[in-house]
Amino acid sequence: MSEMQEGRTLPQSVQESAAAYGIIREAFGSAVSDFDANETMPFFEVLETERWQEIALFMRDHPKLRFNYMACLSGVDYPAEEKLGIVCNLESLGEFGHRIAVKVKCARDGGSIPTAAYVWHTANWHEREAYDMFGMQFAGHPDLRRILCPEDWEGYPLRKDYAVQESYHGIKVPY
Amino acid sequence: MGLLDAGISKHNVLVTSVDNVLNWARLSSLWPMGFGLACCAIEMMATNASNYDLERFGIFPRSSPRQSDLMIVAGTVTMKMAERVVRLYEQMPEPRYVLSMGSCSNCGGPYWEHGYHVLKGVDRVIPVDVYVPGCPPRPESLIGGLMKIQELIRMEQIGLSRADALKKLAEQSIDPQAAIERDRQVVRV
Repeated sequence: MSEMQEGRTLPQSVQESAAAYGIIREAFGSAVSDFDANETMPFFEVLETERWQEIALFMRDHPKLRFNYMACLSGVDYPAEEKLGIVCNLESLGEFGHRIAVKVKCARDGGSIPTAAYVWHTANWHEREAYDMFGMQFAGHPDLRRILCPEDWEGYPLRKDYAVQESYHGIKVPY
Repeated sequence: MGLLDAGISKHNVLVTSVDNVLNWARLSSLWPMGFGLACCAIEMMATNASNYDLERFGIFPRSSPRQSDLMIVAGTVTMKMAERVVRLYEQMPEPRYVLSMGSCSNCGGPYWEHGYHVLKGVDRVIPVDVYVPGCPPRPESLIGGLMKIQELIRMEQIGLSRADALKKLAEQSIDPQAAIERDRQVVRV
């Protein structure tokens, strides 16, 4: 999938990401979206959310992919689509050096994404943070508790429609 | 003039009031609790270190609330931390003093509007005696705040409540605007 965008050659790093994506596309077909050759961070989306864990394992263990390092997992709120999502930045550290971002989405109310905590241990706390800030569930997560906010905090602070609670344990919260 | 400058070699009796001696002892050995919450703590540590040398005032941090009589709230107090701050305050023996250092603990600072997790002023949970403005305050400001605490202690008497002492202190303090004007006059002359 080494693509040309409007006649311009893609940078070397994006071409490597595109090659890696080609292997994933071949194995999973329509379960993943097309490749987006974003120069800052090339990415693709997992369209069949329930297959995310399978794809993650494949990406980690395939001899030509070896995405052995999860640099970051962030949560995202898409209020217009009524969805929540995560963005995982993956790299093949010390092996191929290529990198790619994977987006996974779920329903905004009561949605669930399969956990990647058993694939990359980094995902454990990062998923807890995404859950803390956005409120999506991570199915199969070993210890899905809030990580930053107090355990009895109300609401999910990074959702676009978040309104802060009036008081916490009798202390006024807004200014 | 301090006691040590008074030349007491020929006399062996000093007459003073209990209040004075007690206050002198207390204000000359203010022991703050050694804890910092954010970047203000870095300035507080710098103040404790050799350049600014707080120990010359007898101020040096203790690691237990039960041994300290001053709490320097240096930094951002989150809602999660607020309850811990209250508990630490309650563990300190009386008489105890609280110095709120920096904009965050004064009023929420830069988090006043969108910082859902920040307590908008530590005075919402514990009584504060002296506020030091700044983000973060320079060591000189912190020392200024500590001098204010010492003034407050000097003001206290047996039978005079803290509130009254604070009121007396407020009456004594100079109007900053007038002081600025006066300095300008001096410069012109």
